[in-house]
Amino acid sequence: MLNNSIQVQGLQKSYKQLHVLNGVDFEVEKGSIFALLGSNGAGKTTIVKILTTLLKQDSGTAAVNGFDVAAKPDDVRQSISLTGQFAAVDEILTGRENLIMIARLRHLENPHQDADDLLNRCSLTDAADRAVATYSGGVRRRLDIAMSLIGKPKVIFLDEPTNGLDPEARIEVWKTVKELAANGTTVLLTTQYLDEAEQLADRIAILHEGKIIANGTLSDLKKLFPPAKVEYIEKQPSLEDIFLAIIGKKEEK
Amino acid sequence: METTKNYFFSDMSVLLGRSMRHIFRSMDTIITVTITPIAMMLLFVYVFGGAIQTGTDNYVNYLLPGILLITIASGIAYTAYRLFMDMQSGIFERFHSMPIARSAPLWGHVLTSLVSNAISVVVIILVALLMGFRSSAGVLSWLAVAGILALFTLALTWIAVIAGLSATSVDGVGAFSYPIIFLPFISSAFVPTESMPSVVRAFAENQPVTFIVDAIRSLLAGQPVGNDIWIALAWCFGIMLVAYVFAMRVYKKRA
Repeated sequence: MLNNSIQVQGLQKSYKQLHVLNGVDFEVEKGSIFALLGSNGAGKTTIVKILTTLLKQDSGTAAVNGFDVAAKPDDVRQSISLTGQFAAVDEILTGRENLIMIARLRHLENPHQDADDLLNRCSLTDAADRAVATYSGGVRRRLDIAMSLIGKPKVIFLDEPTNGLDPEARIEVWKTVKELAANGTTVLLTTQYLDEAEQLADRIAILHEGKIIANGTLSDLKKLFPPAKVEYIEKQPSLEDIFLAIIGKKEEK
Repeated sequence: METTKNYFFSDMSVLLGRSMRHIFRSMDTIITVTITPIAMMLLFVYVFGGAIQTGTDNYVNYLLPGILLITIASGIAYTAYRLFMDMQSGIFERFHSMPIARSAPLWGHVLTSLVSNAISVVVIILVALLMGFRSSAGVLSWLAVAGILALFTLALTWIAVIAGLSATSVDGVGAFSYPIIFLPFISSAFVPTESMPSVVRAFAENQPVTFIVDAIRSLLAGQPVGNDIWIALAWCFGIMLVAYVFAMRVYKKRA
């Protein structure tokens, strides 16, 4: 229990006749990155909404940071932050003002200082004093994530964090997420991109039709498949490799 | 552990600051909520006013209460708009997953509506003073006027909340305010109701705007208000309560 930041048991949720979750169980270890992998409509967002107290489950239990989401929603909200599917930023305010607003709402001592720190950390200083409406998709997403980092919540939920981003921005977001986990923050992210789960997650759960059908580390999951055959083929660069090489920002491995 | 209740008012003031910035950075809002009513006041006083027989020699005095109500009615359309944009953008989801009271974002908008409408009302009154508006009202009467206008604003704000939360498109979100903006025209706001044909007159004399306008006009003129003020207050309270109950129901369901 103490080593788990998130604990989910027998979670069920239906909207009228539609069963979205049919008994979901999983646990997320403290300080790890956990990816919920599934296609559109698999129920990923519903799980995130229940864990972030936005939605009530029909049955089953869920606890975040040791607090039951149904019984102690205030304590849960104190421990988490959510970056939803749509960039939840204020378009009219500047990036800095957005961060200060969230810091104030989290009742921190030095909202201006915290905003400055995060602007630096998320490489947003150049854009800090422009209205968010002028930001590109990637910068906007970085601000969105920076807003979730204010107040150092113990558990961060990222619902499809790289949806609609270009490859460069995607890699930036991945870097931020990896840094987070390195600092002991627990991250639960949902994604429909296999490579994203492969890149980031310590554990991956595959959600299909409202049930977790596989859950384990990448090598666990690989064992579920027949052993790899050794074949010799010429490795062609993917279009993504080419794109990143040309713009000269290929991720350092 | 801190509780969300202790911070309710500081959270609300943060959210008030946020939406006041929205207002001051939007030329469109400023033009609609102050410049349009001022233009209308100029038009009525200097163009139509000469032909309107009100039985008073100062038409600005006669006109001002109605203009103030139109100002508020066009102001609350933006409350609905801002609420709608918040629902769309997902920023409400972020607020709701934070350790703040669930209703704080909504109350932030309601408070913004009160503050921003108070500012436009003051601006309009200052312009009216330049145009020759004079009042013999004492402090208590002015307080009563402020109270009626605040209550009127709140009543319309809760209607705006319903519209903002349940609208499905940005074009539809302000539509509810047009009939409200139009109501003062079929009331005692611009012309005495005695001059209207009987059916229109029956409507005009029994709709809330007439009672509110008459009450404010009497207060500003330092005359006895009689029953008008109680009927005006009853209308405002009634509309506010009904709209509040519906708005809260929609808020629980939608946000």
